[in-house]
Amino acid sequence: MDILTPMETTALLLSLRVAGVAIALGLPVAVVAAWILGRYSFPGKTLVDGLVHLPLVLPPVVTGYILLVTMGTKGVIGGWLYHTLGIKLIFTAEGASLAVAVTSFPLMVRAIRLSVEAIDGGLEAAARTLGAGPVDRFFTILLPLMAPGLLSGAIVAFAAAMGEFGAVITFVSNIPGQTQTLPLAIYAATQEPGGDAVAARLATISFAVALVALTLSEVLASRVRRLIGQT
Amino acid sequence: MLDLSIRQTLGAFTLDIAFTAEEAGVTALFGRSGSGKTSVINAIAGLTRPDSGRIRVGDTVFFDSARRIDVPVEKRRVGYVFQDSRLFPHMTVRGNLDYGLRRVPAGDRRIAFGPVVDLLGLAPLLDRRPRGLSGGEKQRVAVGRALLAQPRLLLMDEPMASLDAARKAEIMPYIERLRDEMAIPIVLVSHALDEVVRLATTMVLIGEGRVRAVGPVGTVMGRLDLSAATGAQDAGAVLDLTVERQEEADGLTVLAFDGGRLTVPRVDRPPGAAVRLHIHARDVIVALQAPTGVSVRNALPARVVEVAESGPSSADVRMAVGGSFLIARITRAAVRELGLAPGRPVVALVKGIAFEPESGNGGGTGRGRVVDV
Repeated sequence: MDILTPMETTALLLSLRVAGVAIALGLPVAVVAAWILGRYSFPGKTLVDGLVHLPLVLPPVVTGYILLVTMGTKGVIGGWLYHTLGIKLIFTAEGASLAVAVTSFPLMVRAIRLSVEAIDGGLEAAARTLGAGPVDRFFTILLPLMAPGLLSGAIVAFAAAMGEFGAVITFVSNIPGQTQTLPLAIYAATQEPGGDAVAARLATISFAVALVALTLSEVLASRVRRLIGQT
Repeated sequence: MLDLSIRQTLGAFTLDIAFTAEEAGVTALFGRSGSGKTSVINAIAGLTRPDSGRIRVGDTVFFDSARRIDVPVEKRRVGYVFQDSRLFPHMTVRGNLDYGLRRVPAGDRRIAFGPVVDLLGLAPLLDRRPRGLSGGEKQRVAVGRALLAQPRLLLMDEPMASLDAARKAEIMPYIERLRDEMAIPIVLVSHALDEVVRLATTMVLIGEGRVRAVGPVGTVMGRLDLSAATGAQDAGAVLDLTVERQEEADGLTVLAFDGGRLTVPRVDRPPGAAVRLHIHARDVIVALQAPTGVSVRNALPARVVEVAESGPSSADVRMAVGGSFLIARITRAAVRELGLAPGRPVVALVKGIAFEPESGNGGGTGRGRVVDV
């Protein structure tokens, strides 16, 4: 690769991988959360809603710190994972994925929930009279109709995950090749004498990735909307 | 057969409804908006749950509060045609039609795709999306979708309420064919008397959450004590007649029923065809003898059965004409002067007849048109 230096390629690929894993794991959870929050009311709903949105309002560094305390090898959950399953999250790319999954989660839930709430509940009642049970209805009615929100939510969250800085650096530190994603690489470059050119190149890459993601989101969402007969 | 008896608290009033409906034909739940009609079919479908009671269709108990039976909606196999169609926007018409069909085991599929498409004229629409369809087309697809789910019972909630008169006239014949060609009991919710008169075999009159009357349409419509519930303006009797002959030269059709004959403007139907007429009370005149020298052509020998006050100065007179009934709205002064009382032989003069659109004389107006005869 001539355009990018090996270090830049590594950072870009790592970022894509970290964000990709985070979205792939977070999306099903976000769909379920959005479905429940958008369709049902239950005691404590406000609390659940608040918890889901917490990473959006919390400083990312705090999110990273909470992860460090709970998911580190000495943390309650992290310790158990490490000692029984041998899974180490701290200082690893998997840990970075977890950190960005947490911070981007509310973005996904919000976008998907909006599209769940926009679906006419009468359609589900109609599906019931036609013999469709709850799981059947979810896959044949709700999921296809929430697809535009799901898609744009996933892409925006992916872009945000690519750019997450505070939670990542706090939880998994800044190790080149392991946890040094694009924003961390930019930060590292600016700390070094003569690193301005590197930082500028990395920033340009970030810019391009974000732009592609947003454009893709719009194009895909409108395609899907046409596909499901909304336009 | 549908056997229903339910109680349910609905905000301001309590729904307390019981009736049975036959195996075939249309049972119309008729009443004003807010009288609880839709709640009844929602309970039949299982979309809402009555506080107590029981609902049985054929041998299957859907709901029985005493025995703690409450079959889930998706297991009831009840077709439901919603007022607003509720077609799935992400599927083609074909996909919508298939949705219920695919969820029925192959061995239980008595109603096949092809005949339903033909019956409802859906062939040109199959590959289109619901979004591009007219209101009438949407409702036809919704009816087809419900039918193909192989229902034991078909529920229709004001299926024509959101349609304009022309669309309504377009879909009515399809529902008639459904009634006549499919052996599925239909429960139709409606607040439009013309729909009920045209489509229903049995009429259940509902007011304030209670059943006010049940019976054949002609019988319920012929009851004087119900004219307030059916709508004072529309008070009148319903007659079932058959076409006897056409009088081509005069552009008239002679209709026969057990009480005599009515001559009406041409009805475009072959001899022997059934025609249902709604004769408004305000279009019937009562005479003591057959008059001479008047323009009214339809004079039927009748016998007064019942006289009831219907307004500050008016009275409704119910007369037996053969085995059918006619209602005349006249002044109370006339009742007194003519000495009208039960048992008195009279002559009923029919001045106007409301044609339901099916007769071909109503044009596309949807609402039955009254013609002078």
